[in-house]
Amino acid sequence: MDIPDNLTANLHLLWPEFLVAGLAFIVLTVDFLVPSHRKITLPTISIAGLVGVLAFSLILLGDKEATPLYQGILLIDRFSLLFTVFFLILGILIVLASVDYVNQYLHHPGEYYGILLFSLLGMMLMAASNELLTAYISLELLSFGLYVMVAMGRDDPKSNEAGVKYILLGAFSSALLLYGISLVYGVLGTTTFAGISERLAGPGAATPDLLLGLALIVAGLGFKVAAVPFHMWAPDVYEGAPLPVTAYLAVGSKAAAFALVLRLFSTAFIQSIGEWQLLIAILAAVTMTLGNVVALAQENIKRLLAYSSIGQVGYLLVGIAALSAASSNAIILHLVGYGLANLAAFVGVISFYNITGKDNVRDFAGLADRNPFIAMAMTVSLFSLAGLPFFAGFITKFYLFIAAAEQDLLWLAGIAMVNSLISLYYYLLIIRQMYIQKPEDSSRIPLSRVTGSLLGTLVVGTIAVGIYPGPLVDLIETATAVILPID
Amino acid sequence: MTLENWALFLLIAIPFSGGIALVFFPSGSRTLIHRFAVSVSALSFLLTLYIFFNYDRSQGGFQFAMEIEWLPLLGISYTLGVDGISVAMVLLTGIVFMTGVLVSKNITHRPKDFFALYLLLVAGVFGVFVSQDLFFFFFFYELAVVPMYLLIGVWGSTTDFGTFFRSKEYGAMKLMLYLVAGSVLVWIAILAVYAQAPTPLQDASFLFSFLEAAHSRYSIDFQRFIFPMFMVGFGILAGLWPFHTWSPDGHVAAPTAVSMVHAGVLMKLGAYGIIRTMSILPEGAEDWMFPLVLLGTANVVYGAISAMAQKDLKYVVGYSSVSHMGYVFMGIATLDHLGVGGAVLQMFSHGIMTALFFALVGFIYDRTHIRDISILQGLAKRMGVTASFFAVAGLTSLGLPGLSGFVAEVLVFIGLFRTYPLLGALGIVGAAITAIYILRLLAKVFFGPLDKQWQKLSDAAPLEGTAAAILVLTLLLVGVYPTYLITLIDSSVKIFLTPFGGA
Repeated sequence: MDIPDNLTANLHLLWPEFLVAGLAFIVLTVDFLVPSHRKITLPTISIAGLVGVLAFSLILLGDKEATPLYQGILLIDRFSLLFTVFFLILGILIVLASVDYVNQYLHHPGEYYGILLFSLLGMMLMAASNELLTAYISLELLSFGLYVMVAMGRDDPKSNEAGVKYILLGAFSSALLLYGISLVYGVLGTTTFAGISERLAGPGAATPDLLLGLALIVAGLGFKVAAVPFHMWAPDVYEGAPLPVTAYLAVGSKAAAFALVLRLFSTAFIQSIGEWQLLIAILAAVTMTLGNVVALAQENIKRLLAYSSIGQVGYLLVGIAALSAASSNAIILHLVGYGLANLAAFVGVISFYNITGKDNVRDFAGLADRNPFIAMAMTVSLFSLAGLPFFAGFITKFYLFIAAAEQDLLWLAGIAMVNSLISLYYYLLIIRQMYIQKPEDSSRIPLSRVTGSLLGTLVVGTIAVGIYPGPLVDLIETATAVILPID
Repeated sequence: MTLENWALFLLIAIPFSGGIALVFFPSGSRTLIHRFAVSVSALSFLLTLYIFFNYDRSQGGFQFAMEIEWLPLLGISYTLGVDGISVAMVLLTGIVFMTGVLVSKNITHRPKDFFALYLLLVAGVFGVFVSQDLFFFFFFYELAVVPMYLLIGVWGSTTDFGTFFRSKEYGAMKLMLYLVAGSVLVWIAILAVYAQAPTPLQDASFLFSFLEAAHSRYSIDFQRFIFPMFMVGFGILAGLWPFHTWSPDGHVAAPTAVSMVHAGVLMKLGAYGIIRTMSILPEGAEDWMFPLVLLGTANVVYGAISAMAQKDLKYVVGYSSVSHMGYVFMGIATLDHLGVGGAVLQMFSHGIMTALFFALVGFIYDRTHIRDISILQGLAKRMGVTASFFAVAGLTSLGLPGLSGFVAEVLVFIGLFRTYPLLGALGIVGAAITAIYILRLLAKVFFGPLDKQWQKLSDAAPLEGTAAAILVLTLLLVGVYPTYLITLIDSSVKIFLTPFGGA
């Protein structure tokens, strides 16, 4: 294969990725140079850098051209750029949420922020991948970062256990994914999404070994998003991981995996939708039902949120099953809404945990008296997750289920709505603790200014998306039009 | 920019922004918070009066219309408008809202949060009655449910009769889950009618007018399958038998003002939802009217019998609500011009009456901390005003001529005798049972010898008395001069009935 001369053309489109990688190295270097009591410089540098990259990405987002890079293994278009923006904002929020926690509980701020930035890079590349192996490598970059971050609470046996569990199961799922990719390559002779799509469109393409390959890819990705029956790791890892990492895991790695799945399915598998639609639909139904039902029995708030996020993955899979322009809009919108609300919930839990060191649902008794603002913010986020109106969750779910109904999957939407009802019950149990039960210890819970404004921003965002999603939907629509034009 | 164009927008915006504004009040200043809530509610009330008197009855149809683009991609727009039926409901909400705030001066526990949630609740209720877009209809419908859990769970009261225990958390959770279960059904049905309506999809819209015009595209089987989801889903909120059990538990557990709004107005949202969605699926709805009238009859009779057996004063009122909502279902199910008009009038009349009942029960409970009928006795000697107002409410409830309940029930019965005479007779039996338990209650609780322990009771405070007087006055006005309200409702009922074969 001769090297094309355009290998370096348009390289400016990759600047956000280069910059984030550079930022990660800077953070790691600065960590060596500053004395340990001045470690606050690390999050400051990270945030300043991320804001700069964000500004740059927003400028790129104004450009409407889709540009393949490196012979099309990466595709920089509005879809990937929108996700880049999403991940950068997520990164900023996670760094903000981590500051107090890292100071208090973790010993290696340099590694923490550095690895966080590397994993962000992995997410950004996942959204831009246009080829299976590139997607796999980006996914591993993300996963390796997360393996380390999960186990970073070194003094906490649970964190260690979570790290081991996550890396073992993660490696297993990677193996599945890789084996699936190899099968697909063996049958089709290509790993680019466009190539797969082309071959699949031909007659008699769906041979058993190809289908096995696709099934293994789905299973491998299913592990990453914690879809049932590949969800076993999630509750333990969520519970054991340091809280900000749990939040990051719950929002970031899911969003990245769905970005990849969306592009993969809409580009490569859309023609054969008849063959996998039912499979994904059943996967969605089982995932959300199991997640929500098991959440009912949880006493630890991290485990509860873990199962609730499995439920949310089920809703997102509804969108994949009903794959269309409308549903891909809805998936991204739901990711944004879910991200805002879930982060608000986690930031609430983090700020509570930083003071009390407790994380059982029962410990939240009387939080409304101890800190009305945290209680309010968590209520908003839980109501949003339950899909009540005025908050983001209502419109995002509504949109998802409309998309399902339009694809004749009303039954699946119906199951999803019943699940929303179930989820409302356990969310209300938390709210009941916060507002109705009396606290054992009624001392006030202070809230630092940074965390307070972070929480405020997330709440305002949740409400803003809930009452006026129009501009956001327009933005998302321009992004999904790249992968699935409205027909 | 005239008031007429913005009246409905303001109707939602005033309580809504009032609720938000309250968040920034200092939590200690109870009086200030209450005064602010009273002003907001008074402003809303004046606005509902403005709408009520400026609605052009001779013209009918939807008026005060306004539209704002919201999510054009999905065909969702913030479209508001009222017809005669909604105007009656809007006025009802305005009255109950204001009186509810007036009687809540004694909220001492976290008053700021209470009124903020209460105002949001009312904003949701107004929103349902004036939305002309099915999405926003559902949006506000759910919004009206959201604050309930906290309102009941935090400020409610627990019933403990030894053998019969119902905690406020139980009531709140039961209410919430029932109502959201109902809205799941409604939600599925909404998506179904939306997805089935248009060809091509891009032209889809959630506007009622669009969906109503599209009804010929729905096959009869589809309509028969989907309409019961609307009927039962909304029916749950309206207290439709056998899905009514949340309602007595929820209403009893709720604080006074919330019981007033909930039994007085929120249950009407359910009935109103049934009426509105009937026009979308008229052929299917027609087939389901017979089951509805049967269930409605069960409501009337079962509710009345249950009310008779209650020991808790508030449970009596709770079950009487279930019973009275039965007349609404029966009236709607007649698809008769008078019957449906009567049903809407009954919604109005029952709303005011129940609000009055709950307010008065609240006055008694605040002073005695007891709601046990077997202990309360002879209260009229100390609480004369309360007792006489209670008598008015009771007489309205049993359908005494000259009060609003009579007019409404007579219309419903006329409609019933034209369509289902046998069930109409059963409905009258229900009214007779109502007379029994109401008169027994009046005799026991208010008249008879005064027990020693109640010697020091005080009567309703001026603010409370005013609130109750407004409600009593409304009952009397509608009872003596129902014409204005009836012509108002009638102008729209006629239009509503056109797609139904029988009319």
